[in-house]
Amino acid sequence: MTTTAIDAGSRANHDDAGEQQFNELIAQDSRIEPRDWMPADYRKSLTRQISQHAHSEIIGMQPEANWITRAPSLKRKAVLMAKVQDEAGHGLYLYSAAETLGTPRDKMTEDLIAGKARYSSIFNYPVLTWADIGAIGWLVDGAAICNQVPLCRASYGPYGRAMVRICKEESFHQRQGFEILLELANGTPEQRAMAQDAVNRWYAPSLMMFGPPDEDSPNSQQSMLWNIKRFSNDELRSRFVGMMVEQVRALGLELPNKEVRFNEETGRWEHGPLDWNEFKEVLAGRGPCNAQRMERRREAHEEGAWVREAAAAYAEKQALKHAQAA
Amino acid sequence: MSEANASATRITPGNALRPEDIALLDTKPSDAVAQYALWLGDDALILAQRLGWWISRAPELEEDVALANIALDQIGHARSFLTYAGRAWDKTEDDLAYFRREPEFRSVHLVEQPNGDFARTIARQFVVALYQWELYSRLVGSSDPTLAAIAAKAVKEVDYHRDHSIQWILRLAQGTDESRRRMIAGLKLTWPYVEELFTDYPLVDELGDAGVRPSTLREPFDAAVRAILVEAELEPPEVPGSVGGGRLGRHSEHLGYIIAELQVLAREYPGASW
Repeated sequence: MTTTAIDAGSRANHDDAGEQQFNELIAQDSRIEPRDWMPADYRKSLTRQISQHAHSEIIGMQPEANWITRAPSLKRKAVLMAKVQDEAGHGLYLYSAAETLGTPRDKMTEDLIAGKARYSSIFNYPVLTWADIGAIGWLVDGAAICNQVPLCRASYGPYGRAMVRICKEESFHQRQGFEILLELANGTPEQRAMAQDAVNRWYAPSLMMFGPPDEDSPNSQQSMLWNIKRFSNDELRSRFVGMMVEQVRALGLELPNKEVRFNEETGRWEHGPLDWNEFKEVLAGRGPCNAQRMERRREAHEEGAWVREAAAAYAEKQALKHAQAA
Repeated sequence: MSEANASATRITPGNALRPEDIALLDTKPSDAVAQYALWLGDDALILAQRLGWWISRAPELEEDVALANIALDQIGHARSFLTYAGRAWDKTEDDLAYFRREPEFRSVHLVEQPNGDFARTIARQFVVALYQWELYSRLVGSSDPTLAAIAAKAVKEVDYHRDHSIQWILRLAQGTDESRRRMIAGLKLTWPYVEELFTDYPLVDELGDAGVRPSTLREPFDAAVRAILVEAELEPPEVPGSVGGGRLGRHSEHLGYIIAELQVLAREYPGASW
């Protein structure tokens, strides 16, 4: 992304022809590309959504990386390393997609570290046992897939394209989580109890990943008009619950909520009440691991500063050397 | 296709060799070859365990990806070598990784060394990658077809590890004053553990053409190191070599902690499958 393109975008903010083209593209369900005119709010809203998504991938590496050194078999260790590595990769595609809207990655990282930017609250829960690694893959990545598959058709081109690749990898992640739980569910009584305990703890937080109920989700409507979001929070949540009901049977485990049922009239899956107060508390920074996750990210960033400075200084010296040689 | 032919096809150097394939081999290595496979497997395993710590803590996202990649390659090599070693004693890769005690490990002290700062990790990576490249590029000619096949896969991957560490040695040595100071310190902390890599323990005499005599790798290793240090305008550190002993089961103080963390879950639930 060049600065010229960004400047052109903001200069043309009141470009009638640009606005007309934007509206037509949205009406045709076509793609908006970085050099196209777009409303300032569309740019702002997307930058917020994509960077939050990127931050979630990066913070989300921590809870799982926590088990890399303790994974109980070498194969599981390799799979877990590859999974956490994929998450770093997802963060990279998403930061790149957000950069095409004009905000540099450094700025987004600074906002995260300064506590100005959000990331998915789910990563503020502790990962206490090996079965949690399975439950995260199955429930958390499963919920993420429900959320993200429709984003592959998001109106902003770079975001939609990044999501296609991310969703492919996420489906591997979900399968590996399911496989971990299946192995535990068919293992010793202690392993089975470990698996059920993890499902009990991760069930409600993963349902809350879809965001507040539709009546309390102020940003959703505009996002749907812009063809970024395709389904409401409650629609996606209901779809996810239906999938979990099927899959938990295959695992031979139980969902902790006994009120889950299919409503024939609405054609939707329903679930018991969720503790939205807890959701708000965690979102406000009072979850079990918020401080720990932020501290770890800050520490890695600050301790890596001298390395990044060295790489930049070296690149500059090399460029100068090549210029002199030419 | 007969089972014997299937095995032969599985372990030709051109095929990507998986530990699962090695577990199905009809042939068992001799005790000496299995011991040798433990040397190489334990080096890779302990290094992967060390490198795994960096994932989510690296100085830049690209480096989280790169270090994870190197750790993944090493864990892959460890799985192949340990699976093959285990064939001699009817043990699996996980029996060997999770249920041996500290003196039964055969890793060198170098891979057990702490990560330290990024420069120290890079210094250790530099030495390991250059050593492993010299080793594996000769082990492809091993008279043992399985070791040769593992080496053929590993050498291609280690070539990237070499490139990665060399790029960072150059950047850190010639980046800023601070990075140069840290790179010099990192090399100095790493250098005492170089000598052990090239020690010919008695096992080597039992291997014949199946293994590579460590002392024969010293000269090409030194030449490769020298060339990079000259380019980076660094001097080889002048520090006394440590006596080592990892191949005999005499380890650094660090290994106990490393395997405590590695083995904790598997040992809490003995007999469980994961």
